[in-house]
Amino acid sequence: MKRVYVNEEWCLGCHLCEYNCAFANSGARDMVSALKGKPLVSRIRVEGDGRITYAVSCRHCTDPLCVTCCISGALRREDGVVRIDRGKCVGCLTCVLVCPYGAVAPGPDGAALKCELCLQNSCGAPACAAGCPNRAIVYEEREEERS
Amino acid sequence: MKRYVIIGGGAAGTSCAEAVRRTDPQGEITLVSQERVSGYGRPLISYYLEGKTDIPRMSRVGLGFYERNCITALHGVGAASLDAAAHRVTLEDGRQLPYDALCLCTGSFPFSPRFEGIETVPRRFFFTTLEDALALEQAVTKESRVLIVGAGFIGLKCAEGLRDRAGSITVCDLADRAMSVSLDGQCSVILERHLEKNGIRLMLGNTAARFEGGCAVMQHGERVDFDILVIAIGVRPATSLAAQAGAAIGRGITIDETGKTSLPDVWAAGDCTESTELTTGQTAVMAILPNAAQQGECAGINMAGGSAVFTAGMRMNSIGFFGLHVMSAGTCQGDAAFCEVTETSCRKLYVQEGVLKGYVLIGDVRKAGIYTAMIRDRVPLEGVDLEAVGREPSLLPLGQATRRRKLGGVV
Ligand SMILES: Cc1cc2nc3c(=O)[nH]c(=O)nc-3n(C[C@H](O)[C@H](O)[C@H](O)COP(=O)(O)OP(=O)(O)OC[C@H]3O[C@@H](n4cnc5c(N)ncnc54)[C@H](O)[C@@H]3O)c2cc1C
Repeated sequence: MKRVYVNEEWCLGCHLCEYNCAFANSGARDMVSALKGKPLVSRIRVEGDGRITYAVSCRHCTDPLCVTCCISGALRREDGVVRIDRGKCVGCLTCVLVCPYGAVAPGPDGAALKCELCLQNSCGAPACAAGCPNRAIVYEEREEERS
Repeated sequence: MKRYVIIGGGAAGTSCAEAVRRTDPQGEITLVSQERVSGYGRPLISYYLEGKTDIPRMSRVGLGFYERNCITALHGVGAASLDAAAHRVTLEDGRQLPYDALCLCTGSFPFSPRFEGIETVPRRFFFTTLEDALALEQAVTKESRVLIVGAGFIGLKCAEGLRDRAGSITVCDLADRAMSVSLDGQCSVILERHLEKNGIRLMLGNTAARFEGGCAVMQHGERVDFDILVIAIGVRPATSLAAQAGAAIGRGITIDETGKTSLPDVWAAGDCTESTELTTGQTAVMAILPNAAQQGECAGINMAGGSAVFTAGMRMNSIGFFGLHVMSAGTCQGDAAFCEVTETSCRKLYVQEGVLKGYVLIGDVRKAGIYTAMIRDRVPLEGVDLEAVGREPSLLPLGQATRRRKLGGVV
């Protein structure tokens, strides 16, 4: 299965992935109306300490703790993709408590928010990877997973 | 064909059943649930009262779970006895279920000390099942004065759920603070102020001494009139089946890291069990949903001949009240190694033996799971800037090699 992979040596710390993510998931037609004057709602985030920077988003774990621990059954794994039914989510944030990557975030409406690989939005493939100027973020197939 | 019997259809029971099916596509699985509805997220009952979810959306396992996994589910009937030597469970209606592998996922039951005069209270409730929530929904009106005994998370979640349905809500507790099990005084006061601002009246360090019909006489002598009483003092592991069959039991049914009890071919998982807690190495009952789901899954795999262990059991909780989030995990003892407290927020990290042992966050809880994983994986903190980690969890302390593996590989 294709996933988002990050190579921190190549990350410039430009945060473009965060903007592309926010735009891709906004449903808006142009970036300005999607982002201007609004808080940035992104499912990927750049971390670092000034020397090192890297982006982190959902790893789509083969055995995802967020899915096992979800109190409402809103999180589930479908064809390898960890997805969230935000209508079922009550915003308890147990997923935030257990995700080892910090890759599930409280959304502005209270329900949890996470990367779903842009498979359901108009991009069809991760906007973070597509827009990364240095190919520090890629969307590709790596070693085959166990079942 | 192997016969599996699972008692209880909560998070532990359903996770167990699913894991058995995944591991053994052929075996015959029977799940027995005393409750008429199973597979729902128990913590959702307060959200139901609040109107944030409804019965169809409350299913954790999704529509058609039993059909999809070829599980025979018996609802509304309890297991009455267990004969471990004969490998047989007898149900309340006399039916007998022979098994090759059994899992006890009986959860916990609400605990109530014997209050003087409790039998004179006409409308009293517990708050642990969907049925409790539906009964409260029926009973509570805009005029109701509700008294909740117990300011732990169950009592406070009940208060939140009922706030907009009731006339007034008072929560009392013997402890001098809210959520006394997971919060110290410095943290609990933040939560208490927030609850009071949202219309919940708190009486702390003062609980009901006795009841006279619709009146509670408090320990300090005050009289609190109420229409609806909710007892939310705590829960206890439901161990009677296991006890009667002679299983080793402490506070809960004793299990090892594979989920096995002391009885042959009998496993157990969830709130009814006690097992090793990760940060202390001591045996504890950890009555939380993540634990139940993971233990159930582990037991299910092992029952069906697979091989799994669950060694990551620790106390942790994520809970919110009127928009304020409270998270805690692990063991929070001694002085905090990082401490940042304001009127409305708190971040406290506890370090021992060079590793993170526990934390409490109120307000900003973003990325808290990174802390939880640092506790679980015993990430060494030598040379790590604890101030930076305390202010914001990040993957920096893991080091580049680990990050490369985690962000550049399949995990
Ligand atoms: C109001 C409330 C809020 C909560 N909030 C949180 C939260 O935010 N986060 C969190 O992690 N946890 C929370 N919890 C705790 C969480 O719900 C439990 O830890 C979890 O449900 C345990 O799952 P279980 O499968 O072990 O037990 P249960 O869900 O209790 O399921 C056990 C089932 O077994 C049945 N049973 C018992 N005996 C028999 C018998 N003899 N025969 C047949 N069936 C039997 C019971 O009727 C029950 O249906 C909350 C609990 C409550 C009540």
